[in-house]
Formats: sequence, structure tokens, C-alpha cells
Amino acid sequence: MRRLSAIGKTVGDWFEQRLKVEPVLKETMEHPVPRRSASWFYVFGSAALTVFLMQIFTGIMLALIYVPSAAQAWDSLQYLNHSVTLGWYLRAVHGWGSNFMVAIVLIHMVQVAMFGAYKFPRELTWIVGVFLLLMTLGMAFTGQVLRFDQDAYWGLGIGASISGRVPVIGKYVVHLLLGGPIIAGDTLSRFFALHVFVIPGLLIAFVGLHLLMVLKLGINEWPMPGRIVRRSTYLQEYAEMTHKDGLPFVPAAIWKDMIFASVIIAGVLVCAAVFGPFGPSGQPDPTIIQTVPQPDYFFHWLYALLSLLPPEMETPALLIGPVVVIAFLVLLPFFAGEGEKSWKRRPIAVLTILLTAISLGALTHLASYTPWSPIMDAWSGDPVPVQYLNGRSPLERTGSAVFQEKQCRNCHSIGGSGGQRGPALDSVAVRLTHAQLVRQVVQGGGNMPAYGKQLNPAEVTALVAFLDTLHPPNQRPASDAARHMAAAEKPKPGAPNPVQAQK
Amino acid sequence: MSEQNVSRRQLFVKIGLALNGLAVAVLAMPVIGYLLGPVLGGGDGRYHKWVDLGELDEFPEGQTRLAKYKNPISNAWDGETDNIPCWVRRVQGEKFQVFAINCAHLGCPVRWFAQSGLFMCPCHGGVYYQDGSRASGPPERGLFEYPYKVQGGHLMIEAGQLPTLATEASLKKRSDGCEG
Repeated sequence: MRRLSAIGKTVGDWFEQRLKVEPVLKETMEHPVPRRSASWFYVFGSAALTVFLMQIFTGIMLALIYVPSAAQAWDSLQYLNHSVTLGWYLRAVHGWGSNFMVAIVLIHMVQVAMFGAYKFPRELTWIVGVFLLLMTLGMAFTGQVLRFDQDAYWGLGIGASISGRVPVIGKYVVHLLLGGPIIAGDTLSRFFALHVFVIPGLLIAFVGLHLLMVLKLGINEWPMPGRIVRRSTYLQEYAEMTHKDGLPFVPAAIWKDMIFASVIIAGVLVCAAVFGPFGPSGQPDPTIIQTVPQPDYFFHWLYALLSLLPPEMETPALLIGPVVVIAFLVLLPFFAGEGEKSWKRRPIAVLTILLTAISLGALTHLASYTPWSPIMDAWSGDPVPVQYLNGRSPLERTGSAVFQEKQCRNCHSIGGSGGQRGPALDSVAVRLTHAQLVRQVVQGGGNMPAYGKQLNPAEVTALVAFLDTLHPPNQRPASDAARHMAAAEKPKPGAPNPVQAQK
Repeated sequence: MSEQNVSRRQLFVKIGLALNGLAVAVLAMPVIGYLLGPVLGGGDGRYHKWVDLGELDEFPEGQTRLAKYKNPISNAWDGETDNIPCWVRRVQGEKFQVFAINCAHLGCPVRWFAQSGLFMCPCHGGVYYQDGSRASGPPERGLFEYPYKVQGGHLMIEAGQLPTLATEASLKKRSDGCEG
């Protein structure tokens, strides 16, 4: 044993004599961190790095089999899933790793923002971090494209359509994005180059820069209310803090990083084993139009936003929105580079983060059931509930058939099933009078198409007769007061004159 | 700096830098041209060609049917992706409307519902009437239309690129006024 360690030392010395890295390593490992920063709140950056390393490793493994050709990519993924030993598992780890990485990078960013860590002198660390976030999202999108299935194909169509909204040069941007006039072989090849060479290369360089600055500038101290950051005094204060009350990074802080990173990796591995790989969904054949394309989870908020924005706001939001958000993030340390770091004294920062998180969360939740999309097969798949047909006249039942046949159900639910694009119609007769229903069906409006050309008068009569029955049993249908009066004033033939009757 | 202060070495460093700059510029030209290939290649409608959608008999009058064509520009490694679908509406006689499959909102494939005479998009809920005009939802305009002609009993359309708001320019523009 002693001989072994002696050999080890000799070999180590031989390398050290040539590499001369020991002082640098020693300095890196022993760099002092403020006592309270050796905390469980400071583990997200290293966890993101660990997942990134795992992504590189599993990505290389997948590249051993994957064929970046529009004709064969989908087949090679099926081969990975079903024929290659544990190919499905490596795909699953890579896919789940990407989800975890996006999540951890976002959590890391929120922690950094809450702790005011972007303030002087760590402005550049933050800016590099903003680009790391953008690259992480870029990896997520390009990775989804490499899973060359229906979602990837139509996702590219959406990317091209967004690019096509750029004024003046939109056409060139579309062709540059697709590598040609249509989504085809050249499109996949360029996204492969981006996902495998360009963005990872930039990521590695930027991660290196990010880490270098963390080492050179020291980790952010735990923010205390009232401890104000000033450009003139901060560096001295920080040096005193770390030298008087600091701890060496190894081992005081690193054990928490290592334990958290292992938990995250374990989480990825368990998710991969339990839930398996993502897709691929159907073949990337544009002639298969029976498809409901959806982006991956981390872009669900964008999917929801694009459905809910008013049409005239969409292009400005798509083209100006990202510029504003990125500019805000990049400039943040310049207009808020000094002052309080503690979240207890920064209500606007905390509210901004909360508002952003709640908005993204709400949009993501909406995208999980897409109330804006017509349900394409509701008209033929969901029957009219029996209680809406019991005791109805033949005309009203004919109307229910018209209701199904004309695909009203794709956008309107009754009995809890059907589309949610338009309002549910279970109590529509309470909201709209007979005349208003006729008008709405024939002329449309309020985001509903006009059916005047598609329904003959008999169909309209039957449909509205059916809709008139849709009200709770204890609630009267809506009626037009003016029509009641008109009906009351008009003397019925044979009825006594109301004026005379009063006398 | 006076002339005497420029040493031979400094001069050679400058010449070296200039030569390297020149080399980079010479290399950059073809690289930029290569990268811009897809953009430069599409000028003057070179991506567009007339393609055959089939005999007129395949499209009964008053009906809207799905047709497919092979994109005029394609490669062996495109797989299925160069088979492009489109909706053909035969209004009457030789009067047609040929719509792109891509929703004018964000390009998802619209589906035709003959019973209600509507095209519906599964992604963000765009809806169009049978003549392609916008009915409801997020699209700002009607469906993209291909120029068509009838030649030798066959329906031909001029096609070749993914239609978007920017790349539809060479496709026929829908007039917002009355038809006919």
C-alpha cells in the first residue's frame, strides 16, 4: 500500500513538474467563501454545470447512432428506442436532463436575482449568465428539432412563420432558418450543426468565463438588510469579510454542491427510468395532417401566449418582446448595480420575479389543456347527453343533430365534453334570447364564424329550437321584454279588448 | 510616434497582422456566400415552379379535397418532407382555389370540415371559411393561395416554398373584396 502511494506520488510529481497546475488548483480549491454563503441556497449553479456535463456525455453517446438526415432521423430514433441495447434509456436521460437543466438554470437565475448577486462587481458574471440561459433555451429548441417527428416538423413551421413576421428581411430570415425554400433535409442538417457544434461550443466557452469570474470575484455574500453595496467600498468590505470570517471552498462549501448535484442527477436517472424517453411522435410527413403539434414543456408558455394575444399585438410582441426582455436583463446590473442586496428591502424586484413566475406558470398550465384549440373530433366522438334529448320535440332533436353535424361541438362543450374555444352551451338559453341565438348562428361574431351560408333556414330553426332548450330546469330562458309587451298589446283574435275588459 | 521609434520587429508584426487580416477576409467571402446560399438561391422566384396536382376529374365541383405534390426543389435525403399537401376547392368548371395547408397564423396544418364549410387549425384555433377568408381566431388574414392554371386537363399550381407572411409574396395574394 505504501509502495503504491509512493508510485502515485512519483507519477504525480512527474506531471506537476511539466504542467505546474498545483498552485492554481490549490488557489481554486481554497478560495475563501463568506461563512453564510456556504449554504444550500448556493448549490444551483454547480448543479446546472453537472447536468450540462451529463448532457454532453449522453449527447455524444446518442450521436453514435443518430442519423442527422431528414429521411432517416426518425427511423434512427426508433432504432435507438427499440433495438439498441439501453438506447431508450440514454435518450430518456438526455431528454430528462434537458428538462432538468432548463429548470435548474431558471432557479439559479431567480436565486441570483433575489440575492442581488448581479450587483457590483459581478455585472459581467450576470450578463454572461443571461446568455447562458438563452443558449440553454436554444439547446432545448434545437434538441426538439433533432427529435425529427411531427412536433419537430410543425415546430419548425412555427419558427419559420415567426421569422416571416420580421419586416423587410423576413423572407431571407425564413430561408436562412430553413436552409432552403421548405422544411427538409437541409433544415435538419443545420439544426444538427447548431445543436451539436455551435451552441455547445459557445456554452462551454461561456461557462468557463462564468466560472472564472466566480473564482476571481468570489461568491456573493449572504445579503443582509442594511448592508449597502457601494462601488467605492465593496471590494474592501468583501475582502475583509472573506478573510476574517471566510471558509475555504473545499471542504466547507463544496460538499453541499456535491450532494445536491448527486440528488439532481439521481432525479434525472429515476425520471428517465420511470417515464422513459420523449417520443418521437408520428413520422415527419407533412401530408399526415391529422396531428396536433405541441412544443416541449419549457415552451408551453409561449404556445399559450401566441394563442391568447390579440392578432394585432402578436407581431410586435414576438419581435419586440424578446428584445425588450433581453435588454432589460442585460442592463439590469447597470441601473441596479448598487444599493440593497437583501430581498427584504427590494419589494419591486421580488414582485417582478413573482409576477413573471406566476405568469409563466399560468400560461404553462393553460397550455396543458389548450382551451383555445378546437377539438377536432368532438363533433363525431362526443354524443349529446341523454338528458338534453329526453322529452324534446322532434324539431329540437333534429336541432341537436344539426348541432353535432355542423361541428359546433368542436368549439362549444355541452355536458362537459367538447371544445372550449367558445363558451359552454349548457345554459346558453339563459344568456341569449331566441332572436339573439338566431343572429349569433347566422352572422357569427365575437370570434365565432358566421354559419349563414352553411345552414338552410330549416336547419337554423331546428338548431335554435334545440339551443332554446339548453337551460337549467329551475331557470327560465332569457326573453326579450319588448317582445312580451308587443305580444301582450296585440289583441288575440276572439279575445276581449284589454281596455274594455278593465272597465 | 516618430519614425525612428518604429523598429524592424514592430514593422514586421504589423505586416504579419495585415497579412492575417487579409487571409481572414479572403476566407470570409466564400464562407459568407456559402452561408447565405439559401437566401441568394431564392431570388427572382427561382424556388417556384409549376407542379401537376392531377387530372381535373379528381376534383369534383363544389368540393374541397386534399391534394399532394412533390416539392419542385428537393434532395434524396429529404425523406417524406418534400411531399407537400394542399387543399383544392373546385368552385365550378375551371374555377379553382388552391390553399396552402399552412395556417396563416403560425403555419400549422389546417383541416377541412365539409359539413360546416370551415377550415380549422389545431394549434391556436384559427378558423377560415370555405373560400379561405378568415373566420375567427388569431390569423390576421385568410389562407395562402397558390396561383393555378388548367393545362391539358390537369390542374397545375405554382409552388415551391413554405408559405409565411414574408414568403407568400410570390404566391397569389388574396383580395379582401368580393369574389367574382
